[in-house]
Amino acid sequence: MSTRHQFEYVGTRPIRHDGMDKVTGRAAFGADFSLPGMLYGAVLRSPHAHARIVSIDTTAAEALPGVKAVVTGRDIAKTNKKVYLGGEGALDLADMGDNALAHEKALYHGHAIAAVAASSLEIAQEAARLIRVDFEVLEPAMTLERALAKDAPILHPEMTTGGKPLEHMTGPTNIAARMEIKRGDVEAGFAEADLVVEHEFRTPMVHQGYIEPHATVARAGADGRIVVWTTTQAPFLVRDACAGILHLDAANIRVIPSEIGGGFGGKIPVYLEPLAIVLSKKSGRPVKMVMDRDEVFRATGPTSGCHITMKLGAKRDGTLVAASASMWYEAGAYKGSPFGAAAMCALACYNIPNFFVESHDVVLNKPKVAAYRAPGSPMATFATESLVDEIARRLKIDPIELRLKNAVASGDHAPYGPKYGPIGLKQVLEAAQAHPHWSAPLKPNQGRGVACGFWFNAGMNSSATVSVDSDGSATVVTGNPDIGGMRAAQALMVSEELGIPVERVRPVVADTDTAGYTDLTAGSRVCYATGMAVINAAEDAREQLRLRAAKVWKLEPDQVVWEHGEARSLIAGDDRQPMTLATIASTLAKTGGPIIGRASVNAPMAGPAFSANICDLEVDPDTGCSKVVRYTTVQDAGRAVHPSFVEGQMQGGASQGIGWALNEEYVFNAKGAMENAGFLDYRMPVASDLPMIDTVIVEVANPSHPYGVRGVGEVPIVPPLAAVANAMRGATGVRFGQLPMSPPRVLAELEARKEEPAVALSSGS
Amino acid sequence: MVTEVSRIHVDTTINSEPVEFLCDGSQSLLSALRDEVGLTGTKEGCSTGDCGACSILLDGRLVPSCLVLAAEAQGRSVTTIEGIAQDGHLHPVQQQFLQHAALQCGICTPGFIVAAKALLDAIPNPTETEARYWLAGNLCRCTGYDKIIRAVMDAAAETQKATV
Repeated sequence: MSTRHQFEYVGTRPIRHDGMDKVTGRAAFGADFSLPGMLYGAVLRSPHAHARIVSIDTTAAEALPGVKAVVTGRDIAKTNKKVYLGGEGALDLADMGDNALAHEKALYHGHAIAAVAASSLEIAQEAARLIRVDFEVLEPAMTLERALAKDAPILHPEMTTGGKPLEHMTGPTNIAARMEIKRGDVEAGFAEADLVVEHEFRTPMVHQGYIEPHATVARAGADGRIVVWTTTQAPFLVRDACAGILHLDAANIRVIPSEIGGGFGGKIPVYLEPLAIVLSKKSGRPVKMVMDRDEVFRATGPTSGCHITMKLGAKRDGTLVAASASMWYEAGAYKGSPFGAAAMCALACYNIPNFFVESHDVVLNKPKVAAYRAPGSPMATFATESLVDEIARRLKIDPIELRLKNAVASGDHAPYGPKYGPIGLKQVLEAAQAHPHWSAPLKPNQGRGVACGFWFNAGMNSSATVSVDSDGSATVVTGNPDIGGMRAAQALMVSEELGIPVERVRPVVADTDTAGYTDLTAGSRVCYATGMAVINAAEDAREQLRLRAAKVWKLEPDQVVWEHGEARSLIAGDDRQPMTLATIASTLAKTGGPIIGRASVNAPMAGPAFSANICDLEVDPDTGCSKVVRYTTVQDAGRAVHPSFVEGQMQGGASQGIGWALNEEYVFNAKGAMENAGFLDYRMPVASDLPMIDTVIVEVANPSHPYGVRGVGEVPIVPPLAAVANAMRGATGVRFGQLPMSPPRVLAELEARKEEPAVALSSGS
Repeated sequence: MVTEVSRIHVDTTINSEPVEFLCDGSQSLLSALRDEVGLTGTKEGCSTGDCGACSILLDGRLVPSCLVLAAEAQGRSVTTIEGIAQDGHLHPVQQQFLQHAALQCGICTPGFIVAAKALLDAIPNPTETEARYWLAGNLCRCTGYDKIIRAVMDAAAETQKATV
């Protein structure tokens, strides 16, 4: 496929089509939808992190006036179905269903046990309190150490270790899976190294932190038809998951996505939707369910906490020669942490001839993790990039030079096997090196850190239609909720293909009965894969316009070309004026009928994305409090269709990563209850915490896409953890392996150093 | 326990229009605006006053409507996101949010725009630091605040130019 380089519309920054609705309060998000006669749902959640459900008595709840339906796990027979996500594996609906409503056991504090629908939210909440549950309380496994101990409490008695278990991994276990990747001879590699650095890394569970809580309205009709209005990244997945969990026919479920108030991966699974459907079926009324913030923290997917031990070996000149790592990722209550992606991403930036990486998926009594922006990569990259920084410091080599020396380029093998095509890591690092930030002076108590990172980017399935209207405008319909400006990007693509202004294109996000099948808004895939469907559909419409002009002119198809938004005759000396799109469109009814372009794609994996970040951190030695004072993020976007929204992804990912590095963490008490399930105590970055975040977009075209687009949404969160930690190392001399680097933890390290000046570094050999 | 109590009748002004509604004694103004009056532009992110998504002006003062009782609106003047544009003209803050692409998902946007209007009413020409601290009560998880702060600073500059 040839990649275009000249554009009229792509690369401009028009105002987004849904912007007016969103700055005036008109846009309808999940909780903004209501129906006449609607009931309100509430969920009873487990007060124990690990307990067997002996019995549930709903008599008192059902007797409360205003209560119309109660549902428990007994109402939903377990399923053994899975939902397949393109070529990217499957979601286990038995787990997703049991997570939405517990059957035999409560597996974390906040696990849904029962749900109620009533004529008001207050009555539903009161009824939920009246449900009597007899729990047999079990010891919870709240840490990896406890979950892996010989006498560990076992969450799932039937679990065996999948993937590549070691010989001793037999019998009841909390290790859901183990995998390994390797290359060369790792022992020989370390033997030839002049410098070996090793360190332990720990990161806590953190939440995606979208501001809009989960919200759903479900209406089950007497005819068996079910309509679900919901805030989701994945309308088709909601349809198929609800069908599988509830033993329904997916053809009878229509999912209408609302505007979505953030997701970052956390709005892929279903939580409320199956409960609302069952409550609506039981009551015969529409049911609305909205989580509060406490429920969002306790019962929706954060991302994994993890424990990583990593070792890296280098020659004196900075050449990396060996790496080994052992990774343990918390899955929460059900299998499925991003342990595999973590192993594949950890070393993906570098050519290292000898490595061995093992990674484990471990269940424990915490909420089931969900995807969070480049799942698994930020923590693994935190480990790798901290050690690369340590090597640069000890060998006194410029850290960007060291990275450039070892960086992968087109033709190199990724650590997980295939050869990279055209990729932009070196260009990204060179752009970071050339940025004025890199050479700016630092003030006292400040440190500078740099880090880079990798993410695969997904392809998968998408559909689009482009219809030409009689006034010469066009409508583009796709099935991906617009989570960050994608309508504008898709309209730009249609403009580019049809040659009409972007204001003349109407982008529409359609429901599952209206749009062709389209996989989720995730994996950095929408601009790439759905964009490809949009471009192909617009091309299809354009070709029909060209043929229509030929028909009107009574010329052969090959005697007409389409250029600059109009049909032109190729007949030498022909005095026909070019026929504009508007002219053709205005006569469609007389010349053969409406024109609709359509396309569907099964897109291959997108071109990998690389990013590099530079962070300046100022640390107050008296309090341990730190502040990011300057931040620059550089990323290969392949092609920036709407550069403002590419920059926005880069800045938002950096901000989330800074929060992860400095403040955010799930704090659990000994009984397994989350102690900071609110925005006051789960401290995400606010405007006064951050400086402006400078961006540099590098464009190394992705040959799989007609414009060269790569995904951009996920890789921005990969480098910040290490960039901030490396800046902390520069400012304080302390190598932090544990996140977050919150003021008490930083102060403790600084105090310890004052007492024992001989311990210069807490890092290994 | 749920007990039957008579609902409270509230006479108030919302976005310069007289409005009456009935509410429960424990109901928040946020809930009344959304569920009784039908103004869903004001968003609920936490209901504990920590995220700013429900920001409104009460007699011109910036407050999180989740921490105000609906009955407290009696005789007061309420401005919500729906009342920020005047006579079909966007407020400069709204216009600059569009120009700068200062929103991604858009759920925090109504709260930010109301808070930024309050900022410019109080400090017409804020420094970046003043803007950042004024808006520190509004959480945005998508943007990293960069484009939001730029939009607010440009809206201030535009307003200053217009009034000179």
